[in-house]
Amino acid sequence: MAEKHSPLDQFGINRLVEMHIGAVDVSFTNSAAMMVAVVVVATLFLTISMRGRAMVPGRWQSMAELCYGLVASTVRDNVGPDGRRYFPFIFTLFIFILFSNALGLIPYSFTITSHIIVTFAFAAVVFIGTTVIGFWRHKLKFLSLFVPPGVPIALAPLLVPIEIISYLSRPVSLSVRLAANMMAGHTMIKVFAGFVVLLGLAGVAPLVFIVAIYALEVIIAFLQAYVFAVLTCLYLADALHLHHE
Amino acid sequence: MSDDNRPALEELGRRIRKVGGAKNGSELSSRSPRGITRTFRLTTEMVAALGVGGVGGWLLDGWFGTEPWLLLVFLFLGAAAGILGAYRAATQLMKEDMKSN
Repeated sequence: MAEKHSPLDQFGINRLVEMHIGAVDVSFTNSAAMMVAVVVVATLFLTISMRGRAMVPGRWQSMAELCYGLVASTVRDNVGPDGRRYFPFIFTLFIFILFSNALGLIPYSFTITSHIIVTFAFAAVVFIGTTVIGFWRHKLKFLSLFVPPGVPIALAPLLVPIEIISYLSRPVSLSVRLAANMMAGHTMIKVFAGFVVLLGLAGVAPLVFIVAIYALEVIIAFLQAYVFAVLTCLYLADALHLHHE
Repeated sequence: MSDDNRPALEELGRRIRKVGGAKNGSELSSRSPRGITRTFRLTTEMVAALGVGGVGGWLLDGWFGTEPWLLLVFLFLGAAAGILGAYRAATQLMKEDMKSN
């Protein structure tokens, strides 16, 4: 019984359709199914809500426009006008993470962003992408990102490794932040849900707490998607403008 | 500053909060969702850099056979990089606040 009701049970990966290519396990799992659901729901949300194309938007169209406007202003403020060509990527990333977090809050569903390998894949795409853009734009001058401006050359042997470690830690902090937030929140809800059953009538207290935590989780789900988008923009700005401050 | 100024100062503070809107006071609290998000932002920045420094030093040690010296050096460099990253994140958050006010 203890094993079946573990608060960590919800993060388990189950194979829905077994598939193997050679020695590689490419089974269709509950995680993959959830990703498909996220893509479908996000696509439906954006296309159906924008179908009316009304001058005065209704509720659904307002929500879609709000998402668009939020990401557009984030890209404009943090990257500048030449960041516009990267807007589709950042918008897609934001919407995908937002819907993964939000759909994961539905009971009995699965939160794909609670797995660090998933968030690390997002972060790795951002990291490799911004590095390639940086080298493509500035060629070897991109390496000047690792030499802080206005620093005596004698300090360079100390500061360059620090800057390189700081640069390499970007995908790690980006992925750990999202996955840890999602995992911590969901585990906490499950732990307190266990208390509700154990305490009987007094279980009302943890139940109230769960409602409050749930509200907090809804906001966190949105904020973490937003933070991911903002940081992607900042890394992109570094790649495009080097030291722009 | 003498104590008899205090009621007047408190009254002034109340008026400033009223004009500036209660928004600022509540939003930057460490218990609001935005406060939690920011706390997490800074701490992961530090922990990630420390981890990258440590693992990087350990790998380099393995390649060069210099255990444990590069691990030690890179742990310190990672700590420095973590503080640098947190500092930059904090500066960026402050800029965001200035813009939104």
